Amino acid sequence: MNKLCSLKEAVAEFVKDDDLVYAAGFTHLIPFAAGHEIIRQKRRNLTLARATPDLIYDQMIAAGCAKKVIFSYLGNPGVGSLRIVRAAIESGELEWEEYSHYSMITRLTAGASGLPFMPMNLTAAPDLEKVNPNFKRVVDPFTGNEVMVVPPLNPDIAIVHVQRADAEGNAQIWGILGEQKEAAFAAKKVILTAEEIVDEAVIRSDPNRTLIPSLIVDAVCRVPYCAHPSYTQGYYDRDNDFYLQWDEISKSKEDVEKWLQEFVFDVQDHADYWQKLGDATHQRLKIKDKFSTPINYGEF
Amino acid sequence: MMNAKSFSKNELMIVNAARLLQDGDLVFVGVGAPNLACNLARRTHAPNLTMVYEAGVIGAQPARLPLSIGDPTLVSGASAVCSMYEIFSLYLQRGNVDVGFLGGAQIDRFCNINATVIGDYYHPKVRLPGSGGSMEIAAWANRCYIMTPHDKRRFPEKVDFCTSAGFLSGRAEREKSGVRGTGPQAVVTDLAIMVPDENGELQVTALHPGVELEEVRNNTGWEIKVALTITRTAEPTPEELRILHEELDPTGIYLN
Repeated sequence: MNKLCSLKEAVAEFVKDDDLVYAAGFTHLIPFAAGHEIIRQKRRNLTLARATPDLIYDQMIAAGCAKKVIFSYLGNPGVGSLRIVRAAIESGELEWEEYSHYSMITRLTAGASGLPFMPMNLTAAPDLEKVNPNFKRVVDPFTGNEVMVVPPLNPDIAIVHVQRADAEGNAQIWGILGEQKEAAFAAKKVILTAEEIVDEAVIRSDPNRTLIPSLIVDAVCRVPYCAHPSYTQGYYDRDNDFYLQWDEISKSKEDVEKWLQEFVFDVQDHADYWQKLGDATHQRLKIKDKFSTPINYGEF
Repeated sequence: MMNAKSFSKNELMIVNAARLLQDGDLVFVGVGAPNLACNLARRTHAPNLTMVYEAGVIGAQPARLPLSIGDPTLVSGASAVCSMYEIFSLYLQRGNVDVGFLGGAQIDRFCNINATVIGDYYHPKVRLPGSGGSMEIAAWANRCYIMTPHDKRRFPEKVDFCTSAGFLSGRAEREKSGVRGTGPQAVVTDLAIMVPDENGELQVTALHPGVELEEVRNNTGWEIKVALTITRTAEPTPEELRILHEELDPTGIYLN
């Protein structure tokens, strides 16, 4: 089934107020375009889950989309503090639920596997389990030792950006893989955004690279440069300058509102946003090609 | 001709952290100073050191200075890439990681690390980033090193929140917990090197060139123990400084 639609249509149909949203991607492939579309469509009371909330959730929280954040590292990666989320937690305006990276993605993996919980070895660190009741100790029936278990995380909607997909939603990813696959399998619905929509034959030429199969995908959206200011391996570089700029912008509520108005509300869509960034930015984020050696699957 | 002003405190910290790494180590690396230390070790005494990043990259050979933990330069030319679940389970939990590098807002007398909050958890004075990979790295890497600038705020007697276990209330408590890693081996600051004693309590074992013990005492939040024989770390060599400035961080993003 052809699932192609615009990102605007996908968000309108699949992202509802009060949803638990997982916009995936560890530093790489963060679907900023989808975050901006959710802001434009004024979704409210969302629970936003990501290992690293990153700028995408800082912006969505600044725009008033969320009541709660679930995370394992709250920072502006490589820069410093994630000012808006941090201030909202410090002031008590935002609910939060906190993990380590491993326990966060173990929850997703349990959700993706249809399991009631998943075990992890103990870490001896005493305090996180005291403040988050989702950490439970149980006795391993085989050794009698204690292990830590966490429950599954099953988002209402996962948004996953990929390099290329076909119209049905078979999606290929390379570079840092993060928790893309686990988030997609764990979620009840999946919106896929792709740099390129390719023919099914391209996907079938390299099936080992398909991380997400069409069977779990609900919408497929072609969104070039979707991940800016994060990046897409092999397509464009990370805009580190913007991550630094956001550190300044996010110091002032007025500047944040001005930025949201200019770059989210006053643009039609992500293509419009990308044009607005201008040629100097486009040139700066261009990368040099570096191809892998082709492999031989054999003709049978 | 070297003099005391020809290298910075930050360089002393990075160079001394690099010297603690062994050839053949598989190291779980963070960005910033730990990344510089690992790359310096790889270009000097530890050419067979393997760098692993929590983003799921194994055997990275970054061609430029990585500016985030998921920089694309870590992937191009690496020996393997895996998911986050796999890096933490197959590599770290399974026991395949020799060294973890850690930092944090607070390090206490028994090497416990706080990266979560200053003040009360529910009404934080300062909300910090949180664990990230630190909670599991501190537990499961075979050995850990901590790098942090030396000041009183960073070295309280007891952390406000124990994000990652050092030796808890003493070495016996960590051993009783059954975690696989041997815990922190040393804390490298811009003033000194501190090593946990037989009870897991930090003691000063070496001072950097030009640093007096008094300065370390004044910048530590408890009465810090001092080893019976205290050594002085060797000055950074011209070659170490050249590699740091010319090859690794030419624009001084982390060095300055």
